Amino acid sequence: MAAGGSNLPREELLEMYRRMVLIRRIEEQLARDCAAGKLPGPVHLYIGEEAVAVGVCRHLSERDWITSTHRGHGHFLAKGGDPARMMAEIYGRADGICGGFGGSMHVADFSKGIIGANGIVGGGIALATGAALAAQLDGDGRIAVAFFGDGAANQGVLMEALNVASLWKLPLILVCENNGFSEFSPTATVTSGSIAERARPFGVPFREIDGNDVIAVWQAADVAVRRAREGRGPSLIEARTYRTRGHVEYEVTFITEPYRDEAEVDAWRARDPIDRFARRLREEDPGVADELAAIDAAVEETVRAAVRFAESSPEPDPASARGHMFATAP
Amino acid sequence: MARKRMIQAMNEALLEEMERDPSIVLFGEDVKASLFGDTKGLWKRFGADRVRDTPICEALISGMAVGAAAAGRRVICHMMFGNFVYTGMDAIANQAAKLRYMTNGQIKLPITYLAVSGGGRSAAAQHSDAIHPVLANLGGVKVVMPGSPADAKGLLKSAIRDDDPVFFLQAAGRGGEPGEVPEDEYLIPLGRAAIRRPGRDLSLVAIGAMVRPALKAAEALSGEGIEVEVVDPRTVVPLDLETIFASVRRTGRLVVVDEARDTCSVASHLAALVAERAFDALLAPIRRVTVPDCCIPYAPVLERAILPNVEAIERAVRETLAWRRPA
Ligand SMILES: Cc1ncc(C[n+]2csc(CCOP(=O)(O)OP(=O)(O)O)c2C)c(N)n1
Ligand SMILES: [Mg+2]
Repeated sequence: MAAGGSNLPREELLEMYRRMVLIRRIEEQLARDCAAGKLPGPVHLYIGEEAVAVGVCRHLSERDWITSTHRGHGHFLAKGGDPARMMAEIYGRADGICGGFGGSMHVADFSKGIIGANGIVGGGIALATGAALAAQLDGDGRIAVAFFGDGAANQGVLMEALNVASLWKLPLILVCENNGFSEFSPTATVTSGSIAERARPFGVPFREIDGNDVIAVWQAADVAVRRAREGRGPSLIEARTYRTRGHVEYEVTFITEPYRDEAEVDAWRARDPIDRFARRLREEDPGVADELAAIDAAVEETVRAAVRFAESSPEPDPASARGHMFATAP
Repeated sequence: MARKRMIQAMNEALLEEMERDPSIVLFGEDVKASLFGDTKGLWKRFGADRVRDTPICEALISGMAVGAAAAGRRVICHMMFGNFVYTGMDAIANQAAKLRYMTNGQIKLPITYLAVSGGGRSAAAQHSDAIHPVLANLGGVKVVMPGSPADAKGLLKSAIRDDDPVFFLQAAGRGGEPGEVPEDEYLIPLGRAAIRRPGRDLSLVAIGAMVRPALKAAEALSGEGIEVEVVDPRTVVPLDLETIFASVRRTGRLVVVDEARDTCSVASHLAALVAERAFDALLAPIRRVTVPDCCIPYAPVLERAILPNVEAIERAVRETLAWRRPA
């Protein structure tokens, strides 16, 4: 099975499929939970963009670092974060991956190299640059990846990071997820020129790719990861994708006028990264259908187990609310 | 008078002021779509020249406000959540707060920075900070914190007309709060506190979002014969010390409620000033009801545990009244 001439091993293709479906089903569950009023805080869903996180993170081990965004569930899961503990976190429970202190916008698991989601747009870019510096100093081939949006690309820190990372040949990969919107502003209304080409004057290699094609993402990341691991410096990947859900769940309660055409959303749904990939796998090997169905079923069970785990987890102890402010008591 | 939500009162103030003064420009992230509703309809009314959606670039827009003001415009700059003031902090702390002073008063900087401040909505640590102490400590910016829809209108209009940089901080979760709001021209001067409820036993100074729980506590205590005077400073820079001192001199006791981390909160500052200048009037130590020096957590039980509430205020009032000088 070659999937678009990629020569990827069958297990790898199926694992990419599994992770994308896992992200999708977990988030569909979160969408239902949010509609049912079960989630205490805001959630930004990654539905439609799964191929980017998965295509990149398949190249990373738990020892590599990623930084993520407010739309961070996909990165967390793609990097191997525990779905049940993420779910419990978003439910605000004691067994959440951050004990209920962080919520959706702050899911993180440092033991797996997940520096975490971020409530500050562009905040992860500098953190990943710092992690890349630490990795470079360690000299053991670890790398850092910053996921950020097209909106975040307009924060000055992107330029600052490109400059330093290029100058110091840091093992950094900047992955811009261009999903067409910066909140409710269509990208073209707030972003000039090309994001990918912002890397050019810094001498940083860049590529613009179809972010809804997991193989294309995997291939672009492969090149960038090799370069970073070999000490040849940073790269920038701009993945063109689309968020098919709202910027934030329940946005219809406060955004009274439509900011995009339903036809546009439908057109992108027709290019859904999971459907496309599954179709391609089936076309190349009709026999794969049973395996995909088995993966679907297993993922459904994982989601149910995650919900059970989260629901049965207690609320955090209010007496612990001051949390872990300092490593050494003041 | 008409019953309106706080966010509508702000919307009305923005509309009226932009109508009145064509030199005003307003910009910020998604001000056209208007997340909170305060800038709703302005783009349609005043057009894309005067009402602009910016990219996400707080470091730029906070500084552009300074430049545009220096170059003759009256500016309204929307920073969205208070925590994003931090990403725009350089131009606020190093330019807006200092440019007039450094240049020996050559320019005026008529800027109103809008932001939603404080917690209570499970938005977690990076969307819930009460940012007024940080701003108050800069020295060169005024800080307005409305406690009711009517005040929001009157204070915002004054903030916009003010010739200095002013932060107008709308309390998170209070935007939907209804109240009577006067029509048209309604101005509340900056630096004038309001006595929300008179009382003889204790002065309860409540800042911004804390006015509502303070009034509820006062109401409940009144049922037990405890008469608390609720003072709402309305602006923390400038701070109306005269009204606060006069109240403390009448009651002899002070509790300050501030939704800020305790260290260097406005409550702490006020406590220091009263202890220093009105010590002779005090019958009991001053109490502060503030947020512990930690981040604002996500889970509702955790957040409720650290934000000041009616019970914590009542407790502080009772303890202050029960205090006796050790023999
Ligand atoms: C510093 C900062 N400014 C503004 C915001 C508010 N905000 C949250 S998400 C968002 C849009 C981000 O757009 P993009 O980077 O393209 O990510 P997307 O939501 O499209 O995934 C904005 C403006 C924020 N969280 N942080
Ligand atoms: Mg985007």
